[in-house]
Amino acid sequence: MSADHGLLDAHGEVSVDETVLSDEMLGTGRVAEPEVAEYAMRLGDDALILSQQLSWWVSRAPELEEDIALGNIALDLLGHARALLHFAGTATGRSEDDLAYWRDEPEFRNCWLVEQPGTDFGDMIARQLYFSAYQTQLYAALLSSGDPSIAAIAGKAEREVRYHLDHAVQWVLRLAGGTDESRERVIVSLNDMWPYVEELFADDALTESLEGIAARPSSLRAGFDETVGAVLAQAEIETPAAKPAMAGGRQGRHSTLLGYILAELQWLARRHPGAKW
Amino acid sequence: MSTPGETGTEAWPLWEVFIRANRGLSHVHAGSLHAPDAEMALRNARDLYTRRNEGVSIWVAPATAFTTSDPDQKGAFFESPAGKNYRHAIYYTRAEGVKHL
Repeated sequence: MSADHGLLDAHGEVSVDETVLSDEMLGTGRVAEPEVAEYAMRLGDDALILSQQLSWWVSRAPELEEDIALGNIALDLLGHARALLHFAGTATGRSEDDLAYWRDEPEFRNCWLVEQPGTDFGDMIARQLYFSAYQTQLYAALLSSGDPSIAAIAGKAEREVRYHLDHAVQWVLRLAGGTDESRERVIVSLNDMWPYVEELFADDALTESLEGIAARPSSLRAGFDETVGAVLAQAEIETPAAKPAMAGGRQGRHSTLLGYILAELQWLARRHPGAKW
Repeated sequence: MSTPGETGTEAWPLWEVFIRANRGLSHVHAGSLHAPDAEMALRNARDLYTRRNEGVSIWVAPATAFTTSDPDQKGAFFESPAGKNYRHAIYYTRAEGVKHL
């Protein structure tokens, strides 16, 4: 680190013990085919952006225990993002950090759901319910992917996202069955997030070309509807009927929201290239 | 027990957490935490106390369900066993012919 940045100097020499992060890096040692890399980037970007969004809650959750729960989920997702982006980067000789820090909005392939604001507890929980219900179906299907790296990453992620789903389900039930206000607010949140569900299950040329390697998005819908339907039925909430949003995240078309998320995610790496701590 | 959210300032109730590290061992008190109900207490315990592979089983119970000994009465309550050697069965001689003792 160069010495001319007063802000960082104020903290003196910062060092942490070396952390073993290699356990997160599953399915390494192979070079991804371009189409498989593009697919891995979609999954990795979803995980990265949602992880960044959830880490906003660290120090802001209603109780310390929930703070830790959300931090754990964010870190699980970051682990998935690292493995997936590492693998995606092998196709073009880029590292996971190159992909996370040095791409701009149009190069990101994440869905719109993970970009949606979740600084209201109900919004965040609704987003978690829909997204982890989708990911549970996704990674269960990818366990038998024809690509060994994708299958290995799915093997770890599948167990973790099932817990994320459980966490979200528990909260939806409690908010729906809590006070009049909590019920009213979580219903609004569930409706507000609903338009972004459709994009998760849209097939396109890429997923068609990766038959046997990718999970066909439309094939995951029935399991999602069953999971979410059961939770909403138990909470005595009607399934939202809002029309799908004009989302185009898989093609790099994003809402303005992503720019703000990336600004916070990327500024340090861009301001101090190669910085270590 | 209070219902969280009722007044807006109500804290979640306290739960005691017991973790069993391995098959064959007992559950050991790991600490306590706040949670709105038992199911959430179990999940919070999973996040707080087993994130580094510490356990294979978790018990939680409301802290209010525990009756504890009074630390101030320790002297009388845990009366000294000095001079009561008969409580330690080490002075008995083993009868002839008793096996497996």
